[in-house]
Amino acid sequence: MTVSEDTSITVDAGRLLEWYEQMALIRQTEKAAYDLFMSGLVKGTTHLAAGHEAVAVGASAALREDDYVFATYRGHHHAIARGATPAECLAELMSKATGLCKAKGGSMHLTKADRGMLGSYAIVGSHLPIAAGAAWSAKLRGTEQVAVAFFGDGATNIGAFHETLNMAAVWKLPVLFVCENNLYMEYTPISAVTAVAHPAADRAGAYGLPAEIIDGNDVIKVHDTMEAAVSRAREGDGPTVIEALTYRHYGHSRSDPAKYRPTDEVEHWMQRDPLLVAREKLTSLGVDQGEIDAADARAGEIVKGAIQEAKDAPYPDPATALIDVWADGGAAWRN
Amino acid sequence: MAELITYREAVSEGIAREMRRDSRVVCLGEDIGAAEGVFKTTTGLFTEFGPERVWDTPISEQAIVGAALGAAMTGMRPVAEIMFSDFIACCYDYLANEIPKMRYMTGGQVTVPLVIRTANGGGLGFGAQHSQAVENWVFTVPGLKIAAPSTPADVVGLMASAIRSDDPVVFFEHKGLLASKGEPAPEEHVVPLGEASVVRSGNDVTVVALASTVPTALSAAEQLIAEDISVEVIDLRCLVPLDVKTVLSSVERTSHLILVEENPYQGGWGATVASIVADEGFELLDAPIRRVAAECVPIPFADALEDEVIPTVEKVVEAVRRLSAF
Repeated sequence: MTVSEDTSITVDAGRLLEWYEQMALIRQTEKAAYDLFMSGLVKGTTHLAAGHEAVAVGASAALREDDYVFATYRGHHHAIARGATPAECLAELMSKATGLCKAKGGSMHLTKADRGMLGSYAIVGSHLPIAAGAAWSAKLRGTEQVAVAFFGDGATNIGAFHETLNMAAVWKLPVLFVCENNLYMEYTPISAVTAVAHPAADRAGAYGLPAEIIDGNDVIKVHDTMEAAVSRAREGDGPTVIEALTYRHYGHSRSDPAKYRPTDEVEHWMQRDPLLVAREKLTSLGVDQGEIDAADARAGEIVKGAIQEAKDAPYPDPATALIDVWADGGAAWRN
Repeated sequence: MAELITYREAVSEGIAREMRRDSRVVCLGEDIGAAEGVFKTTTGLFTEFGPERVWDTPISEQAIVGAALGAAMTGMRPVAEIMFSDFIACCYDYLANEIPKMRYMTGGQVTVPLVIRTANGGGLGFGAQHSQAVENWVFTVPGLKIAAPSTPADVVGLMASAIRSDDPVVFFEHKGLLASKGEPAPEEHVVPLGEASVVRSGNDVTVVALASTVPTALSAAEQLIAEDISVEVIDLRCLVPLDVKTVLSSVERTSHLILVEENPYQGGWGATVASIVADEGFELLDAPIRRVAAECVPIPFADALEDEVIPTVEKVVEAVRRLSAF
């Protein structure tokens, strides 16, 4: 396991600006999701990923189009990073027929299968074996695809995490385990309920897997770490555990004001906002303020349009509740 | 006449046939490879198809069925083994929350062509944690197909359908039937999912059975000839899709229905069948529907105790006798 302190800038300004704009798009989509929720247009619950953008964008930039991504119920950022539009995400949240999952999944199950984003899973840790299975399939088919499981720190105390790390290590599967450690399992600090300091990385050694602990708010660091791990996986050298340290800007879910987090901790992390970090790096690469502001403005326009598009979209035909259980499109369980 | 084969041999044969015709079919499970399965139901697969297609796993039920799901979503046709069906409880998240819901909750974006095979049922003195008939655990979740064959030929034919199905199928192999013998399956034998079989014709009472309770019901029917009671026995073969039509058309002639289930009375599959017949075939009935199911206690160890709990020929004979005298 290594803890990297490297702060050099390894990408060019154009690429970093692209990543910045993707992060801005996610941030503004999450803000829209929050506002729509507060105004009663999103029902149920939402788990916003504002603050986690660099993990999704940095990781996605290191993947091929045909690679597989598996996310959690806090997964809007991964859907967008893999190419889902804010309009189809917001439409799903707003129970509209044009949503990613035709309004059958909701916020916790965003999926964009044709872009390799194979689901958002709402049972903590359940998707780790599923990602390993996709990696196994890639290995069997000889495609050199990789699968990435993104999960929270809380998932590292689930049995499936340990079963999967072991099996993936034994089978040398092309799967990456990326922990978004935001310090809180839900409301409880992860440190209060976990026997080791780094819930994912400290467990990797038990399964003979390499691990890295990185600044998950530095999109470049995430990208570079992922790129190296992905390359190892494609070459048949097996899984890597990456623990990306990050922080939620909102509470755990829609009803949580996150009052359990100390003010100085929140302030510290707000100064480490992944968008701020990227802005500073862009500035140091000579990108002027106007270009960065223009990226924000473009993201803002897309999200504004997406909100309107989602609001204007129709609700699903109630009859569609009774389709798509089976592969033939039907739901018949008896004759 | 061809030589008879065992139910156990039919399991390996059914899987091997599909592995030969489709390279996407791969197997994973505990001790299924070099050891050929603790029930010897994967005999020959490792030798014929090698470790690339027959994967020995650690004792990690969640990883087994979770990996099968991920592989199924990405172009393979995995056949996962859960050694004893009781262990489904160890990975029930995948049977209850993941596998049956993936297609639906993604708005039809993915398909899940996988099979989970598992050794089910009692009668062998394995005690409370290795003897349960748990088809009702699976039957309670919409989105899973369920096959539970009673003969070697049906094992092969239903295995073909299960593996070729684009939907997830839980395939119950009954431990008590593994040594039983029957006609071998013809070449290219395929039994469609959701078609019950009338395995004995009769006029007085319809007995609907599944897996181990099929031979139980047939033995009971044989005994009842002496009492001049003519019993029709239906082997459901699958719980999902459920072949209600075959049951209703039999009841139309016999007007008497008994359901013989190895799972507990409490929450057993017979309750669903009974409710359908009560709803849609009420006017066909001349007597109440009766259920012979396991007692609602854990499965005990001793033979004398286990026989007291699970359906036996004597219990079915008695139930038919009483119902025909109603």
